[in-house]
Amino acid sequence: MTITVDGINKRFGKFQALNNVSLNIPEGKLTALLGPSGSGKTTLLRIIAGLESADSGRVSFSGKDVTKLHVRDRNIGFVFQHYALFRHMTVAQNIAFGLDSLPRKQRPSKAEIQKRVGELLEMIQLPHLANRFPAQLSGGQKQRVALARSIATQPKILLLDEPFGALDAKVRKDLRRWLRNLHDEFHFTSIFVTHDQEEALELSDQVAVMSQGNVEQVNEPTELYARPDSRFVFDFLGQVNVLSGDIKHGTLSQGSAWVTVPDIQHQGTAQLYLRPHEVRLATAPAAHANLPLRIEAVSLIGSEVRVELRPEGWASEGSDNIWEVGISHAEFNQQRPTRGDLRYAIPEVGHLFTGKDTQPATVNWDEAKLSPRIRLIN
Amino acid sequence: MSTANQAGAAVSQRWPRIGNRSKRVLPGFGLSLGISLLFISLILMLPLTGLVMEVSAMSFDQFWFVITDPRVVASYKVTALAALAASLFNGIFGLLLAWVLVRYEFPGKRLIDAVVDLPFALPTAVAGIVLATLFAENGWYGQWLSKLGIEVAFTPVGIVVAMAFTSLPFVVRTVQPVLEELAPEDEEAAVSLGASDGLVFRRVIFPALWPALLTGVALSFTRSLGEFGAVIFIAGNMPYVSEVTSLMIFVRLQEYDYAAASAIASVVLMVSLVMLFAITLWQARYLKRIEGR
Repeated sequence: MTITVDGINKRFGKFQALNNVSLNIPEGKLTALLGPSGSGKTTLLRIIAGLESADSGRVSFSGKDVTKLHVRDRNIGFVFQHYALFRHMTVAQNIAFGLDSLPRKQRPSKAEIQKRVGELLEMIQLPHLANRFPAQLSGGQKQRVALARSIATQPKILLLDEPFGALDAKVRKDLRRWLRNLHDEFHFTSIFVTHDQEEALELSDQVAVMSQGNVEQVNEPTELYARPDSRFVFDFLGQVNVLSGDIKHGTLSQGSAWVTVPDIQHQGTAQLYLRPHEVRLATAPAAHANLPLRIEAVSLIGSEVRVELRPEGWASEGSDNIWEVGISHAEFNQQRPTRGDLRYAIPEVGHLFTGKDTQPATVNWDEAKLSPRIRLIN
Repeated sequence: MSTANQAGAAVSQRWPRIGNRSKRVLPGFGLSLGISLLFISLILMLPLTGLVMEVSAMSFDQFWFVITDPRVVASYKVTALAALAASLFNGIFGLLLAWVLVRYEFPGKRLIDAVVDLPFALPTAVAGIVLATLFAENGWYGQWLSKLGIEVAFTPVGIVVAMAFTSLPFVVRTVQPVLEELAPEDEEAAVSLGASDGLVFRRVIFPALWPALLTGVALSFTRSLGEFGAVIFIAGNMPYVSEVTSLMIFVRLQEYDYAAASAIASVVLMVSLVMLFAITLWQARYLKRIEGR
């Protein structure tokens, strides 16, 4: 089932929660609604589910208008952040609830319901907990039960509101993989809401980034990360280093820092956005860039060494005034950067936002010519 | 060193200290518990002990004779049935009132919320007189009801009305906080699973609510068992028909028969205590299950 959202507006008092939002969710895909809190992602999900009604606009499933249809008739599975399990029912009773609630004509027999519940318990790998009460389960187990409960009636659409938000990191990772497998096995059309960009990029087929009641960009995770088309998306997805300054005669400068921006006609204010992997560190400035930074911290955990640096004689955008650069462990062992050292950031590829433009221009400093070193990353 | 520790552990295991002082973070456990116990003793236990002392002066035959007097037995029936009817009425109406107060926004909501406590604040005698005037044959309600052939004042129905009036807040005030705490997600989850409104109420809301509702009804019932002030003005107090047990206690007191009064009072006390304990035990078991303790 495809889901189409068309021109949805929603207001809570004076707060515009959704601002003319339109979105297409292709059939069988797992889509993430990603955004900071207050961006309207949960409201949008609840409107799709029918738990909230829009002030204007349409929601349709596979072309059929469901805007006026009650939640209970939309045949969707909904999973809540805090599980919303029925406390006075056992795990098995919880899972059976949807089947028990079917009108008598469609309701399977008692034995059949029991069999279905058994299968679902197998699927969530908790058959031994059938007769426990929710209070006796861990967070991860509760969310599995909630998932099993929501798909017991075999809905075509699965909607998840921050399903892993209340779980700790390890359980979250396991459950994420498990959800992905579940989705692939049952071919739902799924939407899940998250504020965790890593979760969105790892789990989904398609990500819709939301901000202040608007959908900023919709794309596949890899595309989204590589080609963000607005400052907001750039900022929100992953770490980014920003040099904000003025362009004069092909050079962007601020304080003691400058970078040449060949082939850019624009004069005046501009921001250069650089991902941590698009920058390398050197002990001397390059011909195309002079970005002095002092090392603040070095973190060795992970596949890359993360170096945090503070601009020297200029300022980065953002409240923390920190740049982050990733270097390989081999590089680290060679150079041994330590706290307090002075380094120069050498950008290789950058994204330039000029004036009020929302689309960035990609700046590529010819790597082979500027530095003989061959990057090992990628 | 290690032996000393082991010895210490052994001692503390054999003699667990009351209140486990070493682990307590909040100060004042001993003091506050002491004061509480003192007041419970002075205000609750001592008068009850006095009652039991008074009764124990009687022989069992005397006691039995007093409490099985036909007029007194008739009053038990009237009281218990009227209290049952009143508390059941309150169970339904109180639940409705709590529901309206929690679930909907409407002008005057705070006023109604305050008015619910009025029966607690009003002297019961005042309530009794007001109800008697209203329901008397020429009263505001009474004149319409008598046209329908319903008599309220000076009949057992009047007793039910008075009892229901004075004990309504028990139900509302026990159910209200539980209703407020119900997570809206539970209902949303149920509806998203296709449940009808009736089913949501029956299978999701009511199970969460009914321990509190039962407590409220039980409190309302036990309170009604002992209601005196409001009831006697409207009951008519006809022997064998509309006399309540608390009136029988009063009658015995007026005859200076303190022992008989205490004997009848002890019956009411026992019934109330047994009911409250039963409810508490049952509720603890139910809550243990859903809270997983």
